[in-house]
Amino acid sequence: MIPEIGNLALAFGLALALVQFVMPLVGIATNRWRMVLVAKPAAIGQFIFVALSFACLAWSFYINDFSVAYVASHSNSSLPVAYRIGATWGGHEGSLLLWAFILSSWTFAVAMLSKALPALTRARVLAVLGFVSIGFICFILFTSNPFDRLIPIYPIDGSDLNPLLQDPGMVFHPPLLYMGYVGFSVAFAFALAALLEGRIDTLWARWVRPWTQAAWMFLTLGIAAGSWWAYYELGWGGWWFWDPVENASFMPWLIGTALLHSLAATEKRGVFKAWTTLLAIAAFSFSLLGTFLVRSGVLTSVHAFANDPVRGTYILIFLGVVVGASLFLFAARASKVSVTSWYNLLSRELLFLVNNLILVVATVMILIGTLQPIISEMLNLGKISVGPPYFNLVFTILMTPLIFLVGLGPIVNWRQHSFQDLVARTRYAAIASLAAGLVFVISEFERQATDLVQIFVGVFLIAWVIILNLGDWWKRASKKRSSTLMNLHKISPSFIAMYTAHIGMVIVVIGVVISSHFSVEKNIRLGIGQNEVVEGYQFTFEKLTDVVGPNYDALRGHFTVTKNDEVVARLEPEKRRYHASGQWMTEAGIDASLMRDLYVALGERLPDSNDWAVRIYVKPYVSCLWLGGILMGLGGLIAMTDKRYRARAKQTSKSSDSIALEAV
Amino acid sequence: MKPLRKRRLTFVISIVVGLGVAVGLTLYALNQNVNLFYSPLEIVSGEAPKGPLIRLGGLVVTGSIQRNPDNLKVKFQLTDNAENVWVSYEGILPDLFREGQGIVTMGVLQQDGTFVASEVLAKHDENYMSPEVAEAIKKAEAEAKARVKK
Repeated sequence: MIPEIGNLALAFGLALALVQFVMPLVGIATNRWRMVLVAKPAAIGQFIFVALSFACLAWSFYINDFSVAYVASHSNSSLPVAYRIGATWGGHEGSLLLWAFILSSWTFAVAMLSKALPALTRARVLAVLGFVSIGFICFILFTSNPFDRLIPIYPIDGSDLNPLLQDPGMVFHPPLLYMGYVGFSVAFAFALAALLEGRIDTLWARWVRPWTQAAWMFLTLGIAAGSWWAYYELGWGGWWFWDPVENASFMPWLIGTALLHSLAATEKRGVFKAWTTLLAIAAFSFSLLGTFLVRSGVLTSVHAFANDPVRGTYILIFLGVVVGASLFLFAARASKVSVTSWYNLLSRELLFLVNNLILVVATVMILIGTLQPIISEMLNLGKISVGPPYFNLVFTILMTPLIFLVGLGPIVNWRQHSFQDLVARTRYAAIASLAAGLVFVISEFERQATDLVQIFVGVFLIAWVIILNLGDWWKRASKKRSSTLMNLHKISPSFIAMYTAHIGMVIVVIGVVISSHFSVEKNIRLGIGQNEVVEGYQFTFEKLTDVVGPNYDALRGHFTVTKNDEVVARLEPEKRRYHASGQWMTEAGIDASLMRDLYVALGERLPDSNDWAVRIYVKPYVSCLWLGGILMGLGGLIAMTDKRYRARAKQTSKSSDSIALEAV
Repeated sequence: MKPLRKRRLTFVISIVVGLGVAVGLTLYALNQNVNLFYSPLEIVSGEAPKGPLIRLGGLVVTGSIQRNPDNLKVKFQLTDNAENVWVSYEGILPDLFREGQGIVTMGVLQQDGTFVASEVLAKHDENYMSPEVAEAIKKAEAEAKARVKK
């Protein structure tokens, strides 16, 4: 009964999404005010029904209803409750329902929190969101219905969730990521609404900014969570693989970052209007492209599930319709958006332009690397894969100037800045950063030249960004006769947000540079009672015990780590065998701290002996990667709290609402 | 008009320069880092280059795994049911590595026709077979059939 309710609720959601899409647009075209007003209740209703549908699927997992095909193939009665809920989005159908549910949640948020918007703009935004909802709900109902039953013969027990996904990471990584991915639909809808209206002004940018910041924050946290999960779950200590699906989430993030900056310029200075609109369209298009890449199975990846071609074709057509229609609208209307201000060659506008250019180029290059295997196969050039070295090389080269600019961005004024003044302000930071880089180079002099160059550039950039951002923050705070960085009444949250996000980014860079150049990784053969010394840490393999888990049996290795005869950590890596699937999984034992992670993972027991293949890693500063990610997300959160987005919006809302009413 | 034109000029120049750098860099980097896939049949028939990093995929031949008792060196054969190729590797094999399983390795083909792998990849799903391996086996079967007909 419950699955049928879920199915029906989704169908109702589709009907309301249709209403939400058609009625307001027809109302605006024919000057029928009542039809325009339908947008909000339709959006709220759509959210309620899609949420109900999602709850029905989660409930079917909770009560182990294996007559539902999707539940039977992604769960098992011995699966712990938290993972059963997580299993709701553990496969194709459910993760699409999660997509639709999150989309309707964003729609609901827009409907509820947009009192300040002119009624017509709100109606248009909701209509566009309604259109996207239609596309996704149809996709679920017609190609990937999670509520299909296995009647009359259904299995007594399910075939289990892939053990790789049985992890706390599964409970929060996908929802966070989707919140970000799908959140860009709001900026997209605002962009289309503005193009339909033929007007983009600073007020528009002010409306879009908090939504973009929210989506960006979720996406940042989602990517960081995914990277952390891969680090401890895949069992070999990598944190980024340039896997097609990672790229699929990273491309919208890069475009989203470009959008955040260009929106700032549009709001503050009225420049880049058309460009900002285009980026808003692009960010969401890349989210859709990512969905296509993941869901169609055209790419081989750790995330790819079994697929059928109908689904891929559907998303490709939908992607074509959305991107095609919005680009057409853009081409037809963008020329109406006139530029009203000017800036000089050296100005913050210019830095933002370069920032945007680099981020877009980086996105395109990742796109090329990701799609190259498909293109090559279509052109019969052989089956290729593009390895991490391509992405590492290209990305490092592009990010170097970008990070350099992160140091300058806050200092350089809008409109124009004198070159002499910029040199005067940055010379001490430059000297200090060069010195820091040299110290590292001298202390690591025995390394290869390419290594040294990378270390030097990395350390220089880290010092440069930290000194300039903290220095500027301090200067702004002390100018206001206060000596604390957090003087919220005197520095606007926007600035604190910017410094936090920039410093978060550079902390990620610290993690990347130091962990990739100074990690020591050893794969060795080790027997019980033996030990191995890595970087001054002595890892002793004490014993092996049997562990009984809720739905698996495990062998647990006990390792004691000592340094200078003092015990610094006890690590317990596991080798798990899951009952339902019989699959083996590796759980790494990690002792994490800011300065270094100690990492032990069991490989396999070597035949005819009691020795094990063991990975022992000492990774300095690797936790900076996730710490920095969290700080960047925090930056996004602080940015949203700026009163400007609410206070001024209220001021203007009355006048623009009355204009809208007159127009109708 | 002047500042507007100046700005447009900067915009256009920066885009042209940006694209130029991007295209150059991409071509160079792609050229260096694209790894072609070969099946055991293609390796044995000499289609694969010796020297560059390539990928080789197939099924692990039952009974072929040989380990060195002192370290993590291991040798095994990969097959597409037509030809077998010896692969040597030093390191930890993935959880799903076992006899009969379809795997993909990355490495360099030696002069003597053996393959030295630097990476061994097995997907985290027992029922999953890399499409490349699946296709290589199909192709080998088709060729065998064609030969029988002749």
